[in-house]
Amino acid sequence: MAYDKFTVLKSTAVPLPTENVDTDQIIPARFLKATERVGFGDNLFRDWRYDVEGNPKKDFVLNDPTYSGKILVAGKNFGSGSSREHAVWALYDYGFRAVVSSFFADIFKNNCLNIGVLPVTVSAEFADKLLSAITANPETEIEIDLPAQKISLMSTGESESFDINEYKKENMKHGFDDIDYLLNMSAEIDAFEASKK
Amino acid sequence: MEKTTLFDKIWDAHVVKSVPAGPDVFFIDKHFIHEVTSPVAFLNLESRGIGVKYPDRTIATPDHNVPTINQDQTIKDQLSRMQVQKLRDNCSKYGIELHDLGSAHHGIVHVIGPELGITQPGMTIVCGDSHTSTHGAFGAIAFGIGTSEVEMVLATQCIMQSKAKKMRITVDGELGKGVTSKDIILYIIAKITAAGATGYFVEYAGSAIHSLSMEARMTICNMSIEMGARGGLIAPDETTFNYLKGKRYSPKGEDWDKAVAHWKTLKTDEDAVFDKEYHFDAADIEPMITYGTNPGMGIKVKGTIPTTEGMEGSNKTSYLKSLAYMGFEAGEPIKGKLVDYVFVGSCTNGRIEDIRSVAQFVKGHQKADNITAWIVPGSREVEKMAHEEGLVKILEEAGFELRQPGCSACLAMNDDKIPSGKYAVSTSNRNFEGRQGPGARTMLASPLTVAAVAITGRICDPREVFDN
Repeated sequence: MAYDKFTVLKSTAVPLPTENVDTDQIIPARFLKATERVGFGDNLFRDWRYDVEGNPKKDFVLNDPTYSGKILVAGKNFGSGSSREHAVWALYDYGFRAVVSSFFADIFKNNCLNIGVLPVTVSAEFADKLLSAITANPETEIEIDLPAQKISLMSTGESESFDINEYKKENMKHGFDDIDYLLNMSAEIDAFEASKK
Repeated sequence: MEKTTLFDKIWDAHVVKSVPAGPDVFFIDKHFIHEVTSPVAFLNLESRGIGVKYPDRTIATPDHNVPTINQDQTIKDQLSRMQVQKLRDNCSKYGIELHDLGSAHHGIVHVIGPELGITQPGMTIVCGDSHTSTHGAFGAIAFGIGTSEVEMVLATQCIMQSKAKKMRITVDGELGKGVTSKDIILYIIAKITAAGATGYFVEYAGSAIHSLSMEARMTICNMSIEMGARGGLIAPDETTFNYLKGKRYSPKGEDWDKAVAHWKTLKTDEDAVFDKEYHFDAADIEPMITYGTNPGMGIKVKGTIPTTEGMEGSNKTSYLKSLAYMGFEAGEPIKGKLVDYVFVGSCTNGRIEDIRSVAQFVKGHQKADNITAWIVPGSREVEKMAHEEGLVKILEEAGFELRQPGCSACLAMNDDKIPSGKYAVSTSNRNFEGRQGPGARTMLASPLTVAAVAITGRICDPREVFDN
């Protein structure tokens, strides 16, 4: 479905350096029972965020009021495992518009691009730099410029460029999804389908 | 002519159009749906005012959150009941074939697709589930997608996909006694890590792979996603054709001969180039088990948990966090540790061959007192065969509890949860934190190892239990 356009995002960020964060951690399976896309943000990182009684766990970063923002800076191999798009819905619903990591799992990355959360792949060095800067000063701002494909650490002016294919970039900039594109190809798809019978 | 891989041949035959500087418009032959990742896709179709383009190319079954007891009764959990009902409503509204709870072919989507002969060589298959890679065992391009893509397939029978890089993993030689295909894949993932194949589509090749049954091949392809791969596939051969012959949706008569002639062309050309290659010797593979919280954290059952030597920074912190969750120490042996639960089932190892191997192993023995043993067939068909072959009787006499088909404790969406802090040795595919229930500690292993653990009550090597 259509989503907010993404051009330039300047925000503070939340650090989560843990590696191999799988989508079961982002949203556990028992919270996938809804038949509509509502309220998933409440259960984002549910079992890291709350104890069994539902009390916030003080040592988890989302419960630390020092950190906030629309950008999540995550550890290596973020979003592995289950293909559940609910994981990205939960991030979006919570308020994140971009996730930065040195390495993303494939399906997660596609799911992000399909619903308007920008996955930004940076070098391991730059990811470390961002994490250290945010931890040292939670007010640190990061700017993600999609048209220029550039991510910058505002406090030092250091920046790095990132990859995204031109088609997905245009979609993100305009808030389009793939279905709009595919629906316009109906006749071509019909001809192709007929040849596959 | 350019030398191409099996993956190229199938991929290229399904590209409707390549978008300049973008992905391919990729045609999908078969689309499986289940109750959890489809409702929002249908809801979005409605709000766009569009329907399902080719309903006969989509097949549905409820599997993820169905109960595994009293399936003939109304589902108790209100949310699960609503989700299953929504699937029924959507299938009836759009004319989609549904294998409902209690029907003859109900089961886990990745078990029933092959059983019905829906899955065939050369096809492109997707499902809103990452273990769709299972179907690659038949020489198909099969992979998991998100709900936005489920919506795309329903609406247009296509998705926008960039072609993955190509990896080949060759396993040659003969497997030792007591070593199964689950051990092969756990070994491979431990070698190349849980992210080692991200960005790739994997072809499994070599004599050890081609000597496996279809069930065993499915176990391997199923776990391709656990090393980050988009999917995995195995070139079809006589074993594949024999499996498919006579299945409900397999081609019949002359069509069968034509299909087989085409399927025989589906293989990687000699000298075709892969972006990455790995070679392993089957003789080096022993019974495996995981000790941590991702499937790459696997060792020989007889091995020791790796130390933190050479690790630093967030790598070390993440590793220690994982061991702390499991309650294990770096450097200690895993053998001999007490276990509370065993789980046999899932799209990885819930097929008849898996149940046969467990039954054969435990025949005439009793599960240990400290063990709760669940066995959940992957489908009604598997359940039926297990009864007919007398396996259920053997398993029940050994103290196993047989449940009805579904995903069950693999992801614990229903009531089949491992209690917090308890250890489970499971034939399933993921040992993530809380995967089998909040606080549950999962170790992944083969059905044979799980059977041995059930009898001894501890982590053990199946080759060392009553001379098996």
